[in-house]
Amino acid sequence: MQDTLSPAVRVRELRKLYSVHEREAGALAAVKSLARRQTREVTAVGGLSFDVAPGEIIGFLGSNGAGKTTTLKMLSGLLYPTSGEIGVLGHTPSRRERAFLRRITLVMGNRNQLGWDIPALDSFELNRVIYRIPPDQYKRTLDELIELLDLDALIRKPVRNLSLGERMKCEVAAALLHQPQVLFLDEPTIGLDVTMQRRIRAFIAEYNRRHGATVLLTSHYMADMAALCKRVVVIHHGQLLFDGDLAALVGRFSPHKTVIIELADDGVDLRGYGEIVAREEGRATLRVPKGETAAVTARLLADLPISDLTVEDPPIEEVIEQVFAQEAAESTGATAAV
Amino acid sequence: MNTLLAVYHANFRVTIATQLQYRASLAIWLLGTVLEPTIYLVVWRTIAQSGGGAVGGYSAADFAAYFLILMIVNHLTFSWIMWEYEYRIRQGQFSPLLLRPIHPIHKDIADNIAYKLVILPVLLPAAALLAITFGADFNPAPWALLAFVPALLLAFLVRFLTEWTLATSAFWTTRTGAVNQMYFVVSLFLSGQVAPLDLLPAPIRIAAAILPFRWTVYFPVELALGRLTPQETLLGLAAQAGWLVVSLLLFRTVWHIGVQRYSGVGA
Repeated sequence: MQDTLSPAVRVRELRKLYSVHEREAGALAAVKSLARRQTREVTAVGGLSFDVAPGEIIGFLGSNGAGKTTTLKMLSGLLYPTSGEIGVLGHTPSRRERAFLRRITLVMGNRNQLGWDIPALDSFELNRVIYRIPPDQYKRTLDELIELLDLDALIRKPVRNLSLGERMKCEVAAALLHQPQVLFLDEPTIGLDVTMQRRIRAFIAEYNRRHGATVLLTSHYMADMAALCKRVVVIHHGQLLFDGDLAALVGRFSPHKTVIIELADDGVDLRGYGEIVAREEGRATLRVPKGETAAVTARLLADLPISDLTVEDPPIEEVIEQVFAQEAAESTGATAAV
Repeated sequence: MNTLLAVYHANFRVTIATQLQYRASLAIWLLGTVLEPTIYLVVWRTIAQSGGGAVGGYSAADFAAYFLILMIVNHLTFSWIMWEYEYRIRQGQFSPLLLRPIHPIHKDIADNIAYKLVILPVLLPAAALLAITFGADFNPAPWALLAFVPALLLAFLVRFLTEWTLATSAFWTTRTGAVNQMYFVVSLFLSGQVAPLDLLPAPIRIAAAILPFRWTVYFPVELALGRLTPQETLLGLAAQAGWLVVSLLLFRTVWHIGVQRYSGVGA
């Protein structure tokens, strides 16, 4: 039995360095590089440590090249870490033991494992045999996945005839037939329309609830994070920038609140209350320093004929942008100081 | 073991279903399989006929038999894995295979056998038809036909393992085209696909016997033609068994190092 107290995923000081070939643009440089290859070490992941509890859903946030996918690949056993420790369900992923591979899955939004020319059902059947899924369990799981993902009309058509979203649903089903306990999902909603994104999201949440599976998810869509992940890990240049509640991330990195007021008179001067972000008929949006929010709202309500007032956190995209901007500024500051 | 059989069975079904969807492409591949040895056959037959009926002990009828048996043996032992691997690694399709709880080679063996099973029902009648047309002459002893079965199986295993191992050079360089091309040119001569090895200069014959090429194609062909003594047959089977051991060891070692490299530099 899996010890419920020990983490499902344990990562300590995880690092991954790549050495990349480099050359200047142009034909001369191309010829030169034949004789002497210039290589440079690039840190993809530079010392990450975190734990994930069984049944938890955590989201990895970070810009392109931040090291999210590299981290997931190391956790699933596709990449050897340069240094550091990883334990997933007590296994060392890079050994790729069969017992380990049967308990995890990796879904990459831009890769596919389903046979292109055959119906998804045939690929499912192949997975049943490869993962040694008992027939009863297979039937149960398949029925469940068909119901949750609404696959009934899709699985008998050749995969090449499916739309991107339909194919993704089948990919997800194929990846879950063996009922993995840990799911690594790398951009599972990439390129999908809003409805399909919502569908996949709802499915992940439901799967997690029903099976208590641990989910590690990367995504560019904040909606994915907001809907699924109570906890997020923000990675920037391979470093851990933040690990905690999504709400706390907003609280920590955004020094502002957004105050939206509705008022009958459009002529009122609002300049004394905060930075005016938007103003349209009967409605104004103000950005107010977080510490002054209470005082400003009190003044607004006392001074003006306001019919409605709401205080919101800024949109999470904005917060993330600020996180990265802040980090960039700090690192340039540090370089300048040296 | 049962699992492995079930995996092969499931893979057969999938591959056969896939292949049958592309009947036009199957027909073209089949045409290539038949055409290449037929061209050599016609060339050598013409040479034999103009050279007084025989070249180096091969009559026109012998050449016909040789190239038709070669066609079948070559079909049953060849693989396209070296081309597949380059594509696989470039397109990032290798990673999912690595995450399955089974060695990726099983899928490739199953695919290979399935394709051959699809083609064989058309290839055999085609060979028979050509044999009649060109008056192919061969009469192996029953024991030779019996020995042909393990010889063919060993030839397939050695050739598949060797080519699969060479294909993993894609782990080091994603452009494996050059390696492939060299291998195919060498194998064209050394496995007797252009001409029977008997007719080639001694250095080539020796190279073919030292390298696996003689044992992966030419030996089973000679055996089926009835050109070998029982002693030569046993010696050949022993050489094949030896190469099987060597190719298995190479396969395991290179795979182990290659996959570490793949996981090291970026999957």
